Amino acid sequence: MSHFEEAGAAVQAALDAGARYADARVMVRRTETMSARDGVVEDLGSDESAGIGVRALVGSGWGFYAVPDLSEPAARAAGRRAAEIAAASATVPGPPVELVPGKAVVASWSSDCVIDPLGVPLSGKGDLLVRATTAAKDAGADMAEANYSIWDTRKWFVSSEGHRIDQHIRECGAGVEASAFGDGEIQRRSWPSWRGQFGTRGWELVEELDLVGNAPRMAEEARALLTAPLCPSGETTLVLGSEQLALQIHESVGHAIELDRILGWEAAFAGTSWLDLSRLGSLRYGSELMNITIDPTFPGGLGSFGFDDEGTAAAKRYAVRDGIWVGVLAGRDSAAVAGLDYAGSVRSDGWSRLPMVRMTNVGLEPGPHTLDEIIAATDDGVFMDVNRSWSIDDRRLNFQFGCELGYEIKNGKLGRMLRNPTYTGIGPRFWQSMDMLSSETTAWGTPNCGKGQPGQIGHTGHPAAPARFTNVRVGVHG
Amino acid sequence: MSAELGIATRVIELVREVAGRAAEAEVVVRHDAQALTRFANSMIHQNVADATTGVRLRLHLDGRTASGSTTVTDADGLRALVARTVAAAAVSPPDPAWPGVIRPAALRVSAAHPGSGERSGLAFGFDEATARATPAERAERVRDFVQAAGGLETAGYCRTVYVSAAFANTAGQAVEGRTAEAAMDGIARVGGADGVARLASCRLADLDGAVLGARAAAKARAARQPVELPPGEYEVVLEPDAVADLLENLATFGFNGKAYVQRQSFAELGVEQFDPSVTIVDEPLGSRGEPAPGLPFDDEGTPRRSLVLVRDGVTTAVAHDRTSAAQDGTESTGHASAVSRSWGPQATHVRLEAAERPAPLAEVAEADGAGPIAESARPLVARMRRGLLVTDLWYTRVLDPKSLVVTGLTRNGVWLVEDGEIVSAVGGLRFTQSYPQALGPGRVLGIGAESVLLPQSWGRARYAAPALHLAGWNVTGNASG
Repeated sequence: MSHFEEAGAAVQAALDAGARYADARVMVRRTETMSARDGVVEDLGSDESAGIGVRALVGSGWGFYAVPDLSEPAARAAGRRAAEIAAASATVPGPPVELVPGKAVVASWSSDCVIDPLGVPLSGKGDLLVRATTAAKDAGADMAEANYSIWDTRKWFVSSEGHRIDQHIRECGAGVEASAFGDGEIQRRSWPSWRGQFGTRGWELVEELDLVGNAPRMAEEARALLTAPLCPSGETTLVLGSEQLALQIHESVGHAIELDRILGWEAAFAGTSWLDLSRLGSLRYGSELMNITIDPTFPGGLGSFGFDDEGTAAAKRYAVRDGIWVGVLAGRDSAAVAGLDYAGSVRSDGWSRLPMVRMTNVGLEPGPHTLDEIIAATDDGVFMDVNRSWSIDDRRLNFQFGCELGYEIKNGKLGRMLRNPTYTGIGPRFWQSMDMLSSETTAWGTPNCGKGQPGQIGHTGHPAAPARFTNVRVGVHG
Repeated sequence: MSAELGIATRVIELVREVAGRAAEAEVVVRHDAQALTRFANSMIHQNVADATTGVRLRLHLDGRTASGSTTVTDADGLRALVARTVAAAAVSPPDPAWPGVIRPAALRVSAAHPGSGERSGLAFGFDEATARATPAERAERVRDFVQAAGGLETAGYCRTVYVSAAFANTAGQAVEGRTAEAAMDGIARVGGADGVARLASCRLADLDGAVLGARAAAKARAARQPVELPPGEYEVVLEPDAVADLLENLATFGFNGKAYVQRQSFAELGVEQFDPSVTIVDEPLGSRGEPAPGLPFDDEGTPRRSLVLVRDGVTTAVAHDRTSAAQDGTESTGHASAVSRSWGPQATHVRLEAAERPAPLAEVAEADGAGPIAESARPLVARMRRGLLVTDLWYTRVLDPKSLVVTGLTRNGVWLVEDGEIVSAVGGLRFTQSYPQALGPGRVLGIGAESVLLPQSWGRARYAAPALHLAGWNVTGNASG
């Protein structure tokens, strides 16, 4: 079933109401989530959401209106309303709004999926979570939790420039975590990460995670952490596992290269960026090992798609090459302001929200080493992995991360387990200290990236491999 | 009967048709019309609105539970929702924690509840003008904010929200209500320094863009040319915006009934965990001081009421839904939400009680109204020998949920105060601090006399906060690292 007609009616109504550009997205999304605790399913939800969101440009004012009604009359009314709102925007005006040229695409795209996650029987999915949490409890966890999430999204996009694009994107993922309660503190270990692992793939992704097989080790490690020594405070060599490095990329690179932040469009809430457009192409962001790509074509990444929500075709682009900042995440209007000729990173989290600049798959290209080689080459340092907490300032410079798991590194070998490992630093100084990088890449998915007002939850991907950083301050405990 | 209650009643009928009378079900129907006019670089750059009706069904059948939701509210959409949810329940694992549905219970009177305004006798309630606010009215406030900033770069939003909702269950509970809310939140920027002003209300008419814009600009101007301070423990006065972050984290992780039951919360009922000057109340129905009521019932149909979380320093309650309440052997406090079974029930209208009497240094409160110090904080700053005045906290994240050690950053203005006077602006600081410890016995040196109703930066919660004078705040980093 197609919804091009309704989207087209909305666009035409906006144009008739005075818009000089308009686009509309019909989205129909089915979501399924389940969570279990200590061998019992706690929550099972099956949701359906359908509606149309219309964007109109009147003069230099944008307007957006959305309704959950897919009838043509409702679509036309939404188009008119979007134009009315755009007219109100023009009463507090700014510079003229232009859009970088976009090819009017007529296309269809679907993400790869071997096993349809919504087609897997609920009983089997529930059994998986029950067995995983039971295995963790049996291995000594005071509390064990597991969850999975599935999103099945169909979109129909029409623009006044002639775009007609439909997409079918299936995403899913799962995880298990074990907690151990000590005297006044809680230790947690998660597999494969705290929220789990997610991608634009089918249920085969979840099967590959082996939640049940890994749950007992999570319980044992959580319990061991309760009596492990506290991560020492000081400056040292830090080796990060790929899961933590993925979030480091997300927070200190991905958000910093969002062009709307750089232009000040998010100044009041999400913040700005320390990056200055005048230094695009010359600023040293990190060491020469640092190559960051913006790649929505990455197979199975949680930030993968065929076309963004402005109809721009997915394409790989460098954000940082050999340590030099060379690219941004952009939309058609922000790119025009910045004098750039590319867009392609605009998405919304549903039909009722305005598309905005979002990360796609922002990842670190692999390096020449292995994790074993990195540890073997480290005389004295700390290894950390699996994120537990994250915080970064509104310019994306000053960060502090906590991890679930730490180990001391002595004379090229992992030593004692360390409790409550944390590290802090300043983004570019940290990245410039990266002196070893593994080739063992995992494309981690982040399903909870918050941005925008009203708030939107973005899905982003972050290919990352273990890496080593020097002179890092660790053990910030408060 | 509202359209929402009509839909809820219809879904209950469909559940009985499909699953029989043995099924227990509860339905929430929520019509949510939100409009948000957003500005940056002193122009409106995003201007959005949506009107959504969503239906959420939770069903317990043969000892198994499932929930489902839809935005498709025609007959076919509702039938599909019921069929899907019944099918999901049938193949779900057993749910021994199911707490049952609530028996019919009357709502507590509130002007937010249609027909009850006269009886309530309360001077606050639903504001029709806010519910019907136009894009032009929001743009007008933005224009006033921008102009009052006197040429400084500005950014922020003006928001209006109208919600009409209903709840029905198979035990016969059927209630409805509606709310309207407005909020404005903006910054002014100059020379790398930002200042902020924000306010929430149930009336758009209460939001004066010019007043807020001038306040934000005064802070930004005073925050220029900051000095850098070394890490260490500092005495602090937290302005209401910063205090709201404390209330949010305490509510999310501490006064959370699920976290409490699972021993992940610091909360110990009956124990003096806070300074005796601290009283914290959740007021979902609003109050005379903070006239911004929410819906008078929660997602399980439980009537909402005021809940004292901390009285005179003693922790007295945590927020419960029916599941966590049953596990704790107590009653629901009316804090069920669509996600409370997963994330735990949370108080969302939290107020830290302001000081009862005006602070003695009244002459300070009347000092330069265009200065950077919030009115509620002025008497507290005047008493501080050496410490920091902190406007706002940002990106706070929990390092350990049990002790509620939080790391985050200051934002929108910090100043060094000596002998009651601001001596310089201070650059951004990172802190790592246990929130309950910061508010612990003997650690609260003063509380402001005025509460400010503040919108949550991300969601729909609201916090009523006065300024706070604390003996110590653990600064662990600065702009240099």
